[in-house]
Amino acid sequence: MYYKTSGYKWFSVGNHILLGIISLMCILPLFHILAVSLSDKAAVSANLVNFWPVDFTMDAYHKVISNRDFSSSLWNSVMRVVLGTAVSMLLVILAAYPLSKDSGVLKGRNAIAWYFVFTMLFSGGMIPSYILMSKLHLINHMGALILPGAVNVWNMILLMNFFRNVPKELEEAALMDGANHMVTLFRIFLPISLPALVTLSLFTLVGHWNSWFDGLIYMRQDNYPLATYLQTIIVETNLVNLINSASDMDKITQRSFKAAQIFIAALPVIVLYPFLQRFFVKGMVLGAVKE
Amino acid sequence: MPQTATARPTVSRRKSYFRKHTILYAMLLPPILFAFIFSYLPMAGLVMAFQDYQPWTGFTRSEWVGLEHFKLIFTLPDTIQVTFNTLVIAVGKIAANMVVPFIFALLLNEVRHVGYKRTVQTLVYLPHFMNWVIIGGILMDVLSPSGGLINRGMSMLGVEPVFFLGEGGWFRFTMIASDVWKEFGFSTIVYLAALAGINPSLYEAAEADGANRWKQTVYITIPMLMPIMIVLGTLSLGNVLNAGFEQILTLYSPLVYEKGDIIDTYVYRMGLVSGQYSFGTAFGLLKSIVSCLFIIAAYRLAYRYANYRVF
Repeated sequence: MYYKTSGYKWFSVGNHILLGIISLMCILPLFHILAVSLSDKAAVSANLVNFWPVDFTMDAYHKVISNRDFSSSLWNSVMRVVLGTAVSMLLVILAAYPLSKDSGVLKGRNAIAWYFVFTMLFSGGMIPSYILMSKLHLINHMGALILPGAVNVWNMILLMNFFRNVPKELEEAALMDGANHMVTLFRIFLPISLPALVTLSLFTLVGHWNSWFDGLIYMRQDNYPLATYLQTIIVETNLVNLINSASDMDKITQRSFKAAQIFIAALPVIVLYPFLQRFFVKGMVLGAVKE
Repeated sequence: MPQTATARPTVSRRKSYFRKHTILYAMLLPPILFAFIFSYLPMAGLVMAFQDYQPWTGFTRSEWVGLEHFKLIFTLPDTIQVTFNTLVIAVGKIAANMVVPFIFALLLNEVRHVGYKRTVQTLVYLPHFMNWVIIGGILMDVLSPSGGLINRGMSMLGVEPVFFLGEGGWFRFTMIASDVWKEFGFSTIVYLAALAGINPSLYEAAEADGANRWKQTVYITIPMLMPIMIVLGTLSLGNVLNAGFEQILTLYSPLVYEKGDIIDTYVYRMGLVSGQYSFGTAFGLLKSIVSCLFIIAAYRLAYRYANYRVF
């Protein structure tokens, strides 16, 4: 066997070490930010913090949590995630179920499918979308963050493919027993596709939590979701950093402050991640490799 | 009760069958309406690319200027620079994002210890789930020329500090490298799935013929992965004009506009920030059309040569 040869053994040792280093590279920056956020400002300003807090302090977190802008933007993000995921999943299910039928059952199926897919290929772009939002009076309204992306065509295709794999016999039996499509959808298709639904919901949820650009253009400053609020902080202090060197004391506390906010924003994803991971590989592969 | 269904006359049964299927169209109504309002209505707004659009006069009373904005686009020196930047960054990302996950998947496939393999996978997938604001914040801290982690490490090795986000050439490199860092783990999934699908008897036969692991990789694994790599590479052709809007908007600054500005950020700055709505829309429209053609071509190629279909 090849893996008993000494050459392969040496390769294997090196390979394990290399992969270990690569995977550490993916999380060490996050550890560094956590360490900075938990360190005393003297240590931070002297650049003594690496991956472990120096002179442990929760000051930055106290400051973040008592900050009203932060808590209100956090609330906006939570609202957005809950409402946005619910609306989006409902619309995606409503589109995916009929489109999973043959064109014999749903006449014009291909035309309708292309109607949706075309929105992935071509769009009006940023400025006409902005004008539409202002005409609909959705500026500075939660609707501007939730409604435009609600029909997620990619999720729709994934779910459609999943529905197609539901055994035909189950559906026929239900229709024979007098169930209409609504009943079949809710009693048979949705329970069977629970793993797919959970995956897509988690993806939608993470997407809403993470998106910031729509908040930047559609919301006013006092109504930003967390990611947008964070972006303004990062970009503003970035400009300051570019002009001065990092030496004055006030800005150093800002560095810990900023680090604490970054970490809090990343936290839900890190906490959700183990649940996410169980499902997403299946979902990804479902979309990417077929037949 | 099933008896009542069979006892019904044929006409009403056909009727009820038809009624059952109209529900399907009723279900489609809300998503169709949403797509119409939020995707198709903005497309109608593209007429402003041919107007001198003023917010207070609106579409109906703004002056028509024909192809004026497009002519301007083709004469502006910015256009060449911005398009060039977009292509350099996008092509760099596409190339690196094809090669790195491929090699990484091959290496990971050699790990036999299931626990170690899973741990590595868990760690490298994580950055994919964080947005560019979080990653941007981390990068700004880690890459800072004064006391950032990377520059401190480099100075220990005696290397001069590098201003990764403030110097044009380095900025492009940083954009490509950080994008690969964020996505390579996640892109690996597809290759790992393909690797798991390779028939083990192929390896057994090669083993019996005396092929070592390197030979097996070169003559079995890589050829078996080629089709999926070609599909992914072809499909990424549709992205040559997308160099990563959110990443660059978060990380760039006036210092690197010249080498870091891409089409999308330029449209954002000219169109929304400076209020040149029509010019921005015209530039965006041009980009959308070219991108759309690229995507259609990419899907056609993927379908013809690799039999790939979206649905």
